[in-house]
Amino acid sequence: MLEVFIFATLNGLVTGLLLFMLASGLTLIFSMMGVLNFAHASFYMLGAYVAYSISLYFGFWTGLIVAPLIVGLLGALIERYGLRRVHQSGHVAELVFTFGLAFLIEEAVQFFWGRDTKNYQTPDLLDFPLFTLFGQEFSAYRGFMMTISIGIFIALYYVLTKSRVGIIIQAAITHPQTVANLGHNVPLIFMGVFGVGTALAGLAGVIAGPVLTTFPGMATVLGSIVFVIVVIGGLGSLAGAFIASLMIGLLQSYAIASDVGMPDLLNLLGISFARDHPLNDLWTINLPQIAPVLPFLLLVLVLIFRPTGLLGKREE
Amino acid sequence: MLKVSDLHAYYGKSHILQGVNFHVGEGEIVSLLGRNGVGRSTTVKTIMGEVAPQGSIEFKGQEIAGKKSFEIAHLGLGYVPENRDIFPSLTVRQNLVLGMKSNKPQGRWNIEEMFSMFPNLAERGDVHGGALSGGEQQMLCMCRTLMGDPDMIMIDEPTEGLAPKIVEQLAQLLQEIANRGVSILLVEQKLSIALKISKRLYVMGHGKIVYEGTPESLLKADDVRGEWLEV
Repeated sequence: MLEVFIFATLNGLVTGLLLFMLASGLTLIFSMMGVLNFAHASFYMLGAYVAYSISLYFGFWTGLIVAPLIVGLLGALIERYGLRRVHQSGHVAELVFTFGLAFLIEEAVQFFWGRDTKNYQTPDLLDFPLFTLFGQEFSAYRGFMMTISIGIFIALYYVLTKSRVGIIIQAAITHPQTVANLGHNVPLIFMGVFGVGTALAGLAGVIAGPVLTTFPGMATVLGSIVFVIVVIGGLGSLAGAFIASLMIGLLQSYAIASDVGMPDLLNLLGISFARDHPLNDLWTINLPQIAPVLPFLLLVLVLIFRPTGLLGKREE
Repeated sequence: MLKVSDLHAYYGKSHILQGVNFHVGEGEIVSLLGRNGVGRSTTVKTIMGEVAPQGSIEFKGQEIAGKKSFEIAHLGLGYVPENRDIFPSLTVRQNLVLGMKSNKPQGRWNIEEMFSMFPNLAERGDVHGGALSGGEQQMLCMCRTLMGDPDMIMIDEPTEGLAPKIVEQLAQLLQEIANRGVSILLVEQKLSIALKISKRLYVMGHGKIVYEGTPESLLKADDVRGEWLEV
């Protein structure tokens, strides 16, 4: 029982931290520009594919560094020549633009890389168990994923709260004109933030690709979850996104690892149903089966009891 | 330093500035006076690039009409807005850092100097901007603009809501800033501070300059004060 709990916790942390890497970029972009970027997970997918292609020629480590830079640069260019122009037409136009962008990236990925799953492998250097506990191995690569994610969180926290750039970004979120009057190029800052946000999504794709498989549907798999995280954490709150990412990662991991189901609950209540009952499927459902639904359930609960999210602030 | 010629500006279809002309010399303190709604704030916002201008705005001999706000600030024109726009979640020190145009403080001012001029701010260096009093916020806003080492600053209604004692301190500070070679355009509704520190002053009415003179000449011009200034 203890080993199940420990490994579920570790896997939950890995998933949660990976989700945070994706959600942090989305949060950053939303808090600065008020743009809900529906194409954010597509940049994550793009990161995985670009890194896969680079790894074929130059190895995993080159892909790890170059792919996020390429994705970030692409994101910055999209902001400069696409989103910035659309921004003048309001939020609905922005949403439609990012929606279209998501489809465009997905189609482009299928066009250039095909519809099949890519054999994107973890690097040989990390292909060993980091430790063995209760006879189960925890791979070094998962440890690497956790390290990168925690490193990103610390770096983002430092940059946003302690550095001059972070101070300018924080101020530009609420008072863009005042910041411009002080001599700072706010559109350039927005472009940089969008670029960094998409680069973070790309980085998440690079390190998740070998573990969660690199295929054209990978953006769809995580895309909706990331939005759930951003809403649960509170729109625009980085700390909220961090907490919500870990909550969802752990929640899903515990649900998958558990063997609790409706039959246990019904037995506890002294209720039993025959196997040929028309609703047998419902009575025999178990927690691992509903694990993918749990984040959305949590979202509904948060929206009912705390509509601003965990750390979100109500707009004045 | 600053020369504004035939400046027009619109909010939608409303013609707010209807041909404004004035100038500010090097190291001068010049006041722009007038009642609410005559276009004083719009004038400085238009100079700063917040409102689209029509006409000519020359700063240090360079045409700045149509330039972006951050470009104008980089040329050495600072702006202290009426609503102060202190960043409430940033500390006093962070607010000052925000005013710097590069990582290292350059030119006439640095944070330590600001703190020595304003011991109140020094004591509250790590306090959030939102927790300061109105007077302290006004001082912080001015110091923040000075951190960018401007050659000229435009200050919009700095005395709004301040106690007379604080207004007195503010007047001393503006004089000190001008003594260091920084030109000042003071946009005010109250005559007292303007008459005390200005070298020249302009009165605005209906989107135009309706009077130009010195504090002494304005004191004698009862008709101008009666028609355009007194409530």
